[in-house]
Amino acid sequence: MANVIKLRKGLDINLKGKAKDEKVNIGKSSEYALVPDNFTGVIPKVVVQEGDNVKAGDALFVNKKFPEVKFSSPVSGTVTAVVRGDRRKVLCVKVKADDNQQFVDFGKKDVGSLDATAVKQSLLDAGLFGYINQLPYAVSTTPNTEPKAIFVSALRDMPLAGDFEMELKGNEKYFQTGLDALSKIAKTYLGIGRKQSAEALTSAENVEINVFDGPCPAGNVDVQINHLDPVRKGDVVWTVDPSVVIFIGRLFDEGVVNLTRTIAIAGSMVKSPTYADLLVGTPLADILKDNIVEKGSARIINGNPLTGMKSSLDDYLGAHTSEVTVIPEGDHANELLGWILPRFKEFSASHSYFSWLFGKKKEYDIDARIKGGERHIIMSGEYDSVLPMDILGEYLIKAIITDDIDKMEQLGIYEVAPEDFALAEFVDSSKLELQRIVREGLNMLRKENA
Amino acid sequence: MSSLRNYLDKIRPNFEKDGKLHAFKSMYDGFDSFLFVPNTTSKVGTNIHDAVDSKRIMSIVVIALMPALFFGMYNIGYQNFKAAGTLADATFWPIFFYGFLAVLPKIIVSYIVGLGIEFAWAQWKHEEIQEGYLVSGILIPMILPVNCPIWIMIIAIAFAVIFAKEIFGGTGMNIFNVALIARAFLFFSYPSKMSGDSVWVANDTILGFGNKLADGITCATPLGQIAQHVTVPCSLSDMFTGFIPGSIGETSVIAIAIGALILLCTNIASWKTMLSVFVGGAIMAIIFKATGSTSIPWYEHLALGGFCFGAVFMATDPVTSARTETGKYIYGFLIGAMAIIIRVLNPGYPEGMMLSILLMNMFAPLIDYCVVQRNISRRMKRLTSNK
Repeated sequence: MANVIKLRKGLDINLKGKAKDEKVNIGKSSEYALVPDNFTGVIPKVVVQEGDNVKAGDALFVNKKFPEVKFSSPVSGTVTAVVRGDRRKVLCVKVKADDNQQFVDFGKKDVGSLDATAVKQSLLDAGLFGYINQLPYAVSTTPNTEPKAIFVSALRDMPLAGDFEMELKGNEKYFQTGLDALSKIAKTYLGIGRKQSAEALTSAENVEINVFDGPCPAGNVDVQINHLDPVRKGDVVWTVDPSVVIFIGRLFDEGVVNLTRTIAIAGSMVKSPTYADLLVGTPLADILKDNIVEKGSARIINGNPLTGMKSSLDDYLGAHTSEVTVIPEGDHANELLGWILPRFKEFSASHSYFSWLFGKKKEYDIDARIKGGERHIIMSGEYDSVLPMDILGEYLIKAIITDDIDKMEQLGIYEVAPEDFALAEFVDSSKLELQRIVREGLNMLRKENA
Repeated sequence: MSSLRNYLDKIRPNFEKDGKLHAFKSMYDGFDSFLFVPNTTSKVGTNIHDAVDSKRIMSIVVIALMPALFFGMYNIGYQNFKAAGTLADATFWPIFFYGFLAVLPKIIVSYIVGLGIEFAWAQWKHEEIQEGYLVSGILIPMILPVNCPIWIMIIAIAFAVIFAKEIFGGTGMNIFNVALIARAFLFFSYPSKMSGDSVWVANDTILGFGNKLADGITCATPLGQIAQHVTVPCSLSDMFTGFIPGSIGETSVIAIAIGALILLCTNIASWKTMLSVFVGGAIMAIIFKATGSTSIPWYEHLALGGFCFGAVFMATDPVTSARTETGKYIYGFLIGAMAIIIRVLNPGYPEGMMLSILLMNMFAPLIDYCVVQRNISRRMKRLTSNK
């Protein structure tokens, strides 16, 4: 029986428009794009030119500081554009897909016979290494790190998040191969939710399985690490998205880079919320074609409403995105006297609204308004009530705001990622941008320690 | 509703930069966000937000204060009619109206002065107007004696808002509770208007309501009388219902309990702070009773004076209280204990709640510092022991 870790702090937000447990076929798109910003902390150096022909698996750009870390094309075809923004920052590399997809052959390999160096080298060659993230700093990892452990969380419990078990169906073999490969590099932990029952999860091999029982953010890998083997100064741990584990499994079992993920298309503004198998870099316009309710303006999110990026139809499916959600923007709501009216339709973790009386089954349609003005931190204990980690969230935030590096280290900034503060940002009555603040703190320390 | 929105949108350009009325931008924003929930949407970070904001929280606190306020109004009339000896002939409404008329000008003036300073300050700093004064503005009249002259109150409010709040950076940054600073200012600057025998019962007619009292009628608070070693002049049930002389909002334990219930149900006040104030007060009072330093039992100590009001509405102010969960227990306990110590051992002041809370406001950051340091050292230990 796996170790069960019970978490009490947190908050489940029950949003309208959850994806139904079925998959639709969205078909191929004509153009795909890989976005360097999806790989946090990577400064890209583009290695292709417009007009170049690439196969699926050929590098489009590399990490400037570690050129061996490649990021490969999801499809075969012709590079149509390297889009640059201010100060020539690379925004995305677009590839027009061929009708006949061709894959670079990396050769099938038996993971059991490989050692850590060989596994690492295979991942580097295939352009999958950069998909692995690390703590501290919550950035895409680099080959000079020696992880003390690797953590995979198969639980996605953010509101409207895509259920990983939907993706696992049919990919069980690849998932296990991926775990085998990671366990060659360092001790690997697999965190699963109490309700997850797929055999590929509950009886995965070569990993330590821990069951996390509690409300969101129990599925956040950083929360799990905090309870299993906290990160100390100088430590590095790798965190791997379960979809990436499947990518890795496919690489060893099939010898190809196949960046197909199962994406939930969800949200109250989606006509028929469902799942679909899609390649990283698929245009959101194709994913959401004829599927957005035409009523008021919509907020399209690359990811879930708590941690996802605000996007538009011109954007592309993110590399670490497991769902595309559409919620009302709400910029024309014109709600009268919100400070005193009962507002039965609004959801609040605070009991100053009535949503706590309606039970957990009621679904809410929350729009993208901030619903208040930014203030100094007034209420105490708000952040800590939704942060199930041994960390004083409010004091960490204050340390970051005041640029106090010693305090940040002492209060555990190496253990957190911005998304751990997503719920705190949601409940914050002072409406501070906590995820941005945490990211700035992490960036500052990364620069200091470099 | 939409016409109101359209009107606000139409006049908005006047308040923008280079507009004629740019000097009143903060005020326009204040009224706009008071009438309508802002339509601003998130740009980075979470795409959805909780419906709660500081306006909502402050409003709930004001609502929680209402029972105590309305009871206080009634009690003012009650004490006036009682002192005049005409209580038996009076009905509910004249009694209530008398008190209402006595308190209303204080509330209006409090808001005009306090919010006026807030608005001006926000405009000067080019900030949004912060809601903190919504609560302070009603607290200040409620913790003053009914006969406190309004001009004195104006000075106190101006002092408190500017020197206790704005110079620290506004709501959320203040060290001391603003309402208590206003009261402390009066307490030390105008002691004769704030304590003594004559200020606790309104003694003049207002618009034909009430009775003009003769000079020299004794109407001190029970705590004042106890300090002068007079026997307790009221029954325990009077103390709970609140038909005793005292500051406007502080007398009724029942009305304050309703407010406490609202604050606790909505999770706005911390039950940890509130409970530990009572525990601290009770333990200290039991000790003093056992040693013979005080003449009244512990539950009367908790029911009299500003103890309940302070515990429910002042000690739980999230900004000035301890912010760590463990710290809240320590902070509350020391407030309760210190209030009783000041009451019993200090010959000068019959009431100690205000001074005790202000004292602990000062120590709250120290308590938090210790709690945070404990977390840090535990973390350090974990880091070294794991190696």
